Amino acid sequence: MTNTAVETPTPAAMKVSDEVAIQISQMNKWYGQFHVLRDINLTVNRGERIVIAGPSGSGKSTMIRCINRLEEHQAGKIVVDGTELTSDLKNIDKVRSEVGMCFQHFNLFPHLTILENCTLAPIWVRKTPKKEAVETAMHFLEKVKIPEQANKYPGQLSGGQQQRVAIARSLCMKPRIMLFDEPTSALDPEMIKEVLDTMIELAEEGMTMLCVTHEMGFARQVANRVIFMDQGQIVEQNEPEEFFNNPRSERTKLFLSQILGH
Amino acid sequence: MSNTHADTVLYVRDTMLEQQAPPSSTVGPVGWAKDNLFSGWLNTALTVLSSLFIAYLLYRLIPWFVSPTWDGSSLSNCREILDGHEGACWGVIRDRWQQLLFGFYPPELYWRPILTLVLLLVALAPVLYTDYVTPKLLYFSAAFPFLMPWLLWGGTVWMPLMAAAGFAIGFAVFTLVSRLLNAGISISVAAAVAVLWWVLLAAPVANGIASVLPLALEPVASRDFGGFMLSITIGVTAIGCSLPIGIVLALGRRSDLPLVKILCVGFIEFIRGVPLITLLFVASVLLNIFLPPGTNFDIILRVMIMVTLFASAYMAEVIRGGLAALPKGQYEAADALGLDYWKAQRLIIMPQALKISIPGIVSTFIGVFKDTTLVSIIGLIDPLGLANGIRADTAWNGIYWELFIFIGAVFFIFCFSMSRYSMYLERKLQTGHR
Repeated sequence: MTNTAVETPTPAAMKVSDEVAIQISQMNKWYGQFHVLRDINLTVNRGERIVIAGPSGSGKSTMIRCINRLEEHQAGKIVVDGTELTSDLKNIDKVRSEVGMCFQHFNLFPHLTILENCTLAPIWVRKTPKKEAVETAMHFLEKVKIPEQANKYPGQLSGGQQQRVAIARSLCMKPRIMLFDEPTSALDPEMIKEVLDTMIELAEEGMTMLCVTHEMGFARQVANRVIFMDQGQIVEQNEPEEFFNNPRSERTKLFLSQILGH
Repeated sequence: MSNTHADTVLYVRDTMLEQQAPPSSTVGPVGWAKDNLFSGWLNTALTVLSSLFIAYLLYRLIPWFVSPTWDGSSLSNCREILDGHEGACWGVIRDRWQQLLFGFYPPELYWRPILTLVLLLVALAPVLYTDYVTPKLLYFSAAFPFLMPWLLWGGTVWMPLMAAAGFAIGFAVFTLVSRLLNAGISISVAAAVAVLWWVLLAAPVANGIASVLPLALEPVASRDFGGFMLSITIGVTAIGCSLPIGIVLALGRRSDLPLVKILCVGFIEFIRGVPLITLLFVASVLLNIFLPPGTNFDIILRVMIMVTLFASAYMAEVIRGGLAALPKGQYEAADALGLDYWKAQRLIIMPQALKISIPGIVSTFIGVFKDTTLVSIIGLIDPLGLANGIRADTAWNGIYWELFIFIGAVFFIFCFSMSRYSMYLERKLQTGHR
């Protein structure tokens, strides 16, 4: 089981710097007696786009949720942007304001309009003046192509639109890293593309991204590393081409044959 | 010509259908009646039977209600007026309505409770109707809790002002201390300073200023309070205070800090496990035993505190229900955006949890308001206590229905308004389908 960081050559359009964005070393986590994450080692450089795949229950979501401490790890070390995640609330708040996250079920705030969803955190966490926050929010809503919905409520939007709002909401905090936790799993097939397009655009601008997803087409197109997890461990990681065409471990081969087999 | 042929599978629609109006017999009043009243022979029969029953009830009741006894000066006088017919004796309401509303409050000072009620409505307006009333009026709403006791009880104006000053002092201490220490400690220090101020300094300072600048209303003793004025005073205080205390208790019960959690669970379960009447007896009798001798702790104030605590415990559980109903994703999204605990509670969690709990909260409000009638047990003269007193008068001995119908009707007006308001609020906060 080799899970040291592999330095990958960069696709020409999207540059990866040598600067380390996230460093996870010897990280372990338990739910009661259950060992969910076992000896995770992962280094993510700035500008890298990583897709994490694996069967359900393999710990993919738990791992990326540890990066902004929605889950607490019990052993090992996680350093995000030079800040180590400990029980120190100041560090946690600092990391959370630098790391954006999108969830499978969007988790927009249903009692606030789209615009308010986007301006809330900049105004209350970053202390941005309201006018400026609204301008930023409109900028990112235009970017995800739904500025005309700004004064509606989340309940009035389709799933794909809601997920794009969720992405815009994260971007309004000007994060240096984006985490995606199965962003398209709750969407109708017709809406998956609009969300993936937004994510591709984001990747092309050089955002550091970690994405748990089953969209293998997206992984091939955007990722510069694919990580395969099973039973709480990183089983294999490689460049997308190699990963899909020439998987090394038996577990990976089985997984790929099952999801690409039809 | 888009016909499907049984012998081919191929089918292509070449014209899209326009929207059409529904059949006229299914819409409008006729459609409604057909759907709801006459949808089958059984429903038709039930409709006819219940209409007959309602008609019979009204036929018997209306003559009783519409009875020419408004001027009756006593029960026997009413009977003379009615001259053998059945009918209500409304003379008792004409004779005693002021007492039912104000108790034994001095009649020449009736303007004070009336003004208080009007100001109460003014103070509530910006809270209840945020869309129509300027938020500037909220300053008045904040001042009202100090204005209300002064208008009702009278006495020097400096006492309520010094009570208000306690909050200002606490807030000032909090802002100063929070620069140096964390929020939890700052709140405790500020609360301690405020309590010290109220207990030790507020009264002497108020008396001191009053001796220089006496601005006072004629004092009215608590034993003169009664009727609906008493019910509303206790009810409004308990309703107003129980919501914030309930929120704090609900949050405390879900807290990760074991001490906070145990205290809140203990309080809630104790209060919910004891009947309100027991608490009222504690307020009226036992509290004096525990308080230092010589302290004169107003009976209405004691009852208010007990009713408030009682309502808060129920309120806490109602709000906890709302909190539990929120999807975990809302907490996670708030965390992921970097909002700290208090900001997340204030901006994300509470607005939604309270909205979910509106029916429960308003039920608790209504329950508390009606429970204020229990104070007659410890000798305060609420409307029901007054009704008994009025019947003890030889002129009105034997009157039941008229008094209780009047009291019930007034209570109904208040409770029904609360219920309607909650429905309005729910509609207003409805933001799309989820």
